[in-house]
Amino acid sequence: MAWTRDEVAARAALELQDGFYVNLGIGIPTLVANYIPEGVNVTLQSENGMLGMGPFPYEGEEDADLINAGKQTITELDSSSYFSSADSFAMIRGGHIALSILGGMQVSEAGDLANWMVPGKMVKGMGGAMDLVAGVKRVVVVMDHCEKSGAPKLLRQCSLPLTGAGVVDLLITELGVFEINRGKSPVRLIELAPGVTVDEVREKTEAAFTVAV
Amino acid sequence: MVDKVTKTAAEALDGLLFDGMTIMAGGFGLCGIPENLIAAIREHGVKDLTVVSNNCGIDGFGLGILLESGQIRKMISSYVGENKLFEKLYLSGELELEFNPQGTLAERIRAGGAGIPAFFTRTGVGTLVAEGKEVREFDGELYVMERGLTADLSIVKAHTGDAEGNLVFRKTARNFNPMMATAGRKTVVEVEQLVAIGALDKDNIHTPGIFVDRIFKGAVFEKRIERVTTRQKESV
Repeated sequence: MAWTRDEVAARAALELQDGFYVNLGIGIPTLVANYIPEGVNVTLQSENGMLGMGPFPYEGEEDADLINAGKQTITELDSSSYFSSADSFAMIRGGHIALSILGGMQVSEAGDLANWMVPGKMVKGMGGAMDLVAGVKRVVVVMDHCEKSGAPKLLRQCSLPLTGAGVVDLLITELGVFEINRGKSPVRLIELAPGVTVDEVREKTEAAFTVAV
Repeated sequence: MVDKVTKTAAEALDGLLFDGMTIMAGGFGLCGIPENLIAAIREHGVKDLTVVSNNCGIDGFGLGILLESGQIRKMISSYVGENKLFEKLYLSGELELEFNPQGTLAERIRAGGAGIPAFFTRTGVGTLVAEGKEVREFDGELYVMERGLTADLSIVKAHTGDAEGNLVFRKTARNFNPMMATAGRKTVVEVEQLVAIGALDKDNIHTPGIFVDRIFKGAVFEKRIERVTTRQKESV
């Protein structure tokens, strides 16, 4: 059985190390916070201007002045701090964030990531994603292995406009885990979800990859 | 002393609005937006605006109301995914849009307010964002040149302020507001609390009054929340 969304998030959470400052994107990446391994303490950064994000508030305790980058209400911790978006991106661009986990539309063999627009169809914008992939030390992408149409998303080359070129370190999908290494070495399949075969992955992947499971 | 304090949003904007102008509006999503000033701009009817703001409100609130009234000609933003009308106006060509990466947008505004005309960033290298811009190599890495950004007017929301224009923001409602306060040729601020001079802790002022031209206590703060997300209380 391929991994569920929550299992993908739990697998991504294994990339967290004690003491890390981490930025989690919107969607599955947000779920990663629910699976932080026992004994690992990380500080979550929200790029709108907060370090030390706490859990969602109890009903009735929401504060309109306290939201995350996905515009969800959150809470603060004793250790939290607030700052401007300029200071926030100084942290991101300046290489002070150890790890970012982001969603993706396409990833290429060269470590390129596309996740911000579909020309003529979807106009949303890149938000902070381009800054994150340009500045954060390690970039992990979590995404569905294929589009709803069945078309592969791990490709030789991205067809959508890029968020960053040569920026992805690791890709996690419901089928397994791929070491992308920013395109500096050939893509390697390093883990398979239970019950998934290498043949199934090959069938659903356009990019060339070697197998090291 | 110049009196910066006005009674209403309309009074604070008096003489500052003209067609075709550029306005920076603070806020991230609906958090920390100058909702009283946005309403007053709608009321005034000034048009052909270029608006610099991370987002464009939602349908029916925030900057979304200036889209509905057709007052915005161009947006400079990083993310507009919450607004159906925006997408419709853009895809039909009625609205011009310039996407900036969020950190680049924040830094362009910071630089503009600090008198820095341009800077280099790694953000956007190898993407559409870098097209037509100078790319230079520093220490073996490629960087794209981005320009500092200023505006005819910045509209800012702070939590607390005094008559000198000293400002204190609250939690994540700070976001783009402090940089925008520095980058407007005129900066107008709405606050939830207007306190007496001397009441603010001088070591903890986020924006010094030099950047503020006019300030007023907002009449209404609806402070809508885009995505109320809660958890259940554990039964103990």
